[in-house]
This record gives sequence, C-alpha cells and structure tokens, in this order.
Amino acid sequence: MSAADLLQVAAGGLLMGLVYALVAAGLSLIFGLMDVVNFAHGELMMLAMYAVFALWQVSGTDPLLLLPVVAVLLFGTGIAIYQGLIARALSVQFNRGMVQIFVTFGLAIFIRGACQFVWGGDFKSVTGHWLAGRTLELGGVFLPLPQMAASAVCLVAFAGLLAIGRTEFGRALEATREDRDAVALIGIDRNRIFALGWGLGAAAVGVAGVMLAGFYYVGPNVGASFAVIAYVTVALGGFGSMLGALVAGILIGEVEAFTAALWEPSLKQVGVFAVYLAVLMFRPRGLFGRL
Amino acid sequence: MENSILRRRRHELIIGGIVLAGLALLPVPIKDVYTQNLIIITVLFAGLAQAWNILGGYCGQISLGHALYFGIGSYVSTLLYLRLGIPPTLGLFAAGIVSGLVALLIGWPCFRLSGHYYAIATVVVGEIGYLLFLNWDFVGGATGVFIPFHGESWAQLQFKTAKLPYHFVVLGFAAATWLAAFWLEGSRWGFAWRAVKDDVVAARSLGVNIFASKMAAAALSGGFTGIGGALYAQYVGYIDPDSVLAGHFSILIALPAVLGGVGNLWGPLIGAAVLIPASELSRSYLGGSGRGVDLMLYGGLIVLVALARPQGLVSLFSWQRKQNAPAA
Repeated sequence: MSAADLLQVAAGGLLMGLVYALVAAGLSLIFGLMDVVNFAHGELMMLAMYAVFALWQVSGTDPLLLLPVVAVLLFGTGIAIYQGLIARALSVQFNRGMVQIFVTFGLAIFIRGACQFVWGGDFKSVTGHWLAGRTLELGGVFLPLPQMAASAVCLVAFAGLLAIGRTEFGRALEATREDRDAVALIGIDRNRIFALGWGLGAAAVGVAGVMLAGFYYVGPNVGASFAVIAYVTVALGGFGSMLGALVAGILIGEVEAFTAALWEPSLKQVGVFAVYLAVLMFRPRGLFGRL
Repeated sequence: MENSILRRRRHELIIGGIVLAGLALLPVPIKDVYTQNLIIITVLFAGLAQAWNILGGYCGQISLGHALYFGIGSYVSTLLYLRLGIPPTLGLFAAGIVSGLVALLIGWPCFRLSGHYYAIATVVVGEIGYLLFLNWDFVGGATGVFIPFHGESWAQLQFKTAKLPYHFVVLGFAAATWLAAFWLEGSRWGFAWRAVKDDVVAARSLGVNIFASKMAAAALSGGFTGIGGALYAQYVGYIDPDSVLAGHFSILIALPAVLGGVGNLWGPLIGAAVLIPASELSRSYLGGSGRGVDLMLYGGLIVLVALARPQGLVSLFSWQRKQNAPAA
C-alpha cells in the first residue's frame, strides 16, 4: 500500500470519525447530565435524516439550507421526549436503571415503526445537495465534498457545544451534573436544565443526521447501525466527556477505515469493537471518563 | 421469619406445579396449529427470559448480549448433528456447556466493568459474535444452516407436522429454568447475587466474592440460554446469524423478564405471556402491510409498561405484593 493510499484511508477515517464524534457527543451530553443512556439515539438521527428528506422533497430547498430547520425540530423533539417520558422514568421508585433503558428502547422501536409507517421500508436518498457527487483532489487524495462538509459542520457543531459549556447555561449544566439536588438550593430549575440538555443532545445528533443524509442512504434501520457505534464511542471516550467523544470518534473512524482497507471490509466493525474492548481492559471508564 | 420464607417458598412451588400442569394440558382444548405455535414460542421465551433473569434480575448485571449465547447454543447442537451425527438430545447439553463456557470467557474481562459500561460491553460482544458468524464459512456464513429432516424421532427432536411433542420439550425447558431459579433463589448463591445487586461494597465487606458470584450467574444464565437456542434451532429447522444472533434478539430475551418483573420467579413467565403473543399477533395481523404499525404498538407497549409498572407486571398480583411487602 502506497503512502497516498494510506493517506486516502486515513482521510476517509477522519471524515467519518468526526460524524461519529458528533453523534456520540449528544449521547454523552445526556448521559453526563442525568445518567441516562438514550437507546433511541440512533433513531433520533434517523428521524433527522427522514426530516431532511421530507422537507427537501416538499420544498425543493437544498438540504444544506435545511440544516437549521431540522436542528430546531430535533431540539423540540428532544425536549418533548424528556417532558413526556424521561421525566417520568426518572421519578420511578423501582428498577430505575432498567426502566430508563427499556423506555428509551421502546421509544426506539416506536420511532422505527412510525418512520416505516410514513415513508415505507425502502431506502431513500437525498440527492439535491449542491455538493453531491463532487470531489476535491488534494495531493493524490480524493475527498468527497459531501463528507468534507459533513465533518466540517460536525466540527463546528462540536465547537458550539463546547462554547455552550462556557456560558451561564453551560455552568448551570455542569452544576446540575455535579449535584442535581444542590442546584435547587441556588435557584437552578433542574427540570428545565434536563429538558434543555435533551434538546441539545437531540439537536447535535440531528445535525449529524442531516449531514450524513448527504452521502448515506436513509432507511428504517439506519439508526440501529449507527447507534452501536455511538455507544462504543461514548464508552471508549468515557461517559459524560465531550473531549472523550471527539477523540474516540476520530479513533473509531480511523480503526474502521484501516480495518476495512488492510483486513476485510465486512469485518471493519469487528476491528473497532476489538480496539474498544482492549482499551476498556486498561481503562474501564474509557479514555477520559471520570464518572 | 425463617418460617414465613419457607412457607412462601412452599407456596411458590405449589403454584409452579399448578401452572405447569395447566400449561401441559393446554393442547387438550387448543387444536389450532397457529395457536399451538404461539404457545410454544411463548413458553420458550419464558424459559429464555428466566435464564436472563438469573444474571440480569438476581445478580443485577444487565446483559444486552444474550443473543450470543442463544446463537452459539443453536449453532453447537446443529453443527454437532450435521457434521458428527450427534443427536440433538445430547447436543443440547453440549450447547449449554459451550454457551456457559463462552459466558465465563466473556465475563472474565467484562465483569471488570460496571453499570452502563457493562451493558454496552455486552452489546458489543454480541455484535462481534454476529459479525464473525456472518463471515465464517465453516458455519454457513450469511446463508445459514438447514437441518435436514430424517423422520420423526425423539432422539433427534424432529417431528414432521405435530406441534405437540415440541410443546412438551419447551415446557420441560421452561420448567427446568424455573426450578433452577427457584433453587438458586434460596441457595447461598441467590443471597450473594442479591447482595451484589443491591450494594457491591457492602456485599464485599460481608465476604461475598463479587467476581465469582457474577461469573457463576453468567455461566448458568448463558448455559440455559444456549440450551434454549439449541431447542429453537431444532424447532424451526433453519438458522442463520440474522435469526439467532442479531442484536435485537438480545432485547427480545431480556424484555419479558424486565417487563414482567426482574429478580422474581414469576416475572419472566408473566412478561412472556403478555409480550410474545402481543408481538406475534400484531405482527401477523398488522405487520403484513410492511408499514410498521406492529412496531409502533410493540414499542408503545414497552414504554407504557415500563413507566406504569416499573416493578414489573407481576406487581399487578396483589398476593405477590403482600408477600413481598415485609421483605422490601
């Protein structure tokens, strides 16, 4: 394998890794805030992909321009899920951990069914992208522009999430995560913070979904395949750590790309999972985990 | 105190016997093949969920990767039969042993993790198993394995069209898992597991070997799940990674226990009796359209039960609540 080939593989891994990182960031945000693993996270991403598909079909607007619309939609969806289901699951007296897992899991099945109901079981693709099919050549390395755009947007969204952490709201978020009972004493409405956290987490995965729709098929099972990678990314980076999600996302993108190139494409995820298990043997709480 | 526990256990044993007798007599009024098939699947899942309950319910280790043990069990008995001619009646014990050993092998690294880290590790291990079987030609790869029909035989657990023998086979399996759970509940292991589930630090301070307790629960749970897998393979006559190893299967195994009531003898039974018919019936009546109505109903049901009855459907039975009240 030549140096250019290696670079090509590495670039592909990086581009995909940044998308994984943003998907995982939303999951990690919600977990860090309230110890809930959202097993419907992949389905939220799928919802964003279908939303951009539907809006593009109806309005004919370039999918890229629809990004803010879908992000706002997902933000609202996240808040609705928190208010309707999660707040209730948090107040349960028995088996709280299992109730949380299976409520979000049931929600995932429901969303999958609902999407299939509206859009049917076949694959869709969003083609009206002004970047669709274009590539950039950089020193013998070919970079598909939709993926470039996706990773750039993901990086910006990531920076946005980190910037939010520095605002007044971000500090309230951090305080709620440190001690969810004590914040009530200093006038922070815990419920509001949790709801906004869900909104942000869903919006983050929504942004990733919109960008992913630019070069990936949309179908009722697309969420499930990305969800497993997202859990692995979060566990590898450490639950609740944003930096962990970024580093782990890129690492996973690279491992996946190199496993596919050097070993066997159909086993690319086995490479990822093996690395994840190996890391967890030495760091049971992930690379940057502290929870 | 001791007396009331013993009395409760005796009651449970009696009720278990009555339930078993009732289930054994079900084929008397029910002659319809579709319903018989539904009952067989439900009873099989009651057994599988009970097996999951040993690790997830009593010991509190939420495994979302039990499809791996189920799949390995089904492949072990099937391949022993096809390649070496070992009858499945023996093969299912081999399946149980291999699956139990695999559970130990996986538990050894994974029990270093706790909480969500453990749950996700089990998802990942299950996915690895699925992908490896999908790409492993010796075991049929993605095409799977057909079990040819060699004539009706109890030794080979093959019956042409009759559902009845299978009814008793899966009933035997479910009864075995129930009895195992019943016995374990009152054994030293049962107490150790509940201690591990409630408070690891306190359990350790009382001299409970945490790691050994988890490993024992995993081996038993995985082993029984493997036996269930072997029976399933023999029942449907065809297995491939998608039908026995896919990730959603792990959830299917865990759900009856969780919604019925974890760490409870009756939870898996009640959960399976509600969930499996609900999912099968909605799939046969509504799934044909391919429009996902069945999925919406099923998902909605899971959300509803989990929120409305967090301690499981078993809590609907008031006698159970009264008996559990002093312990809680």
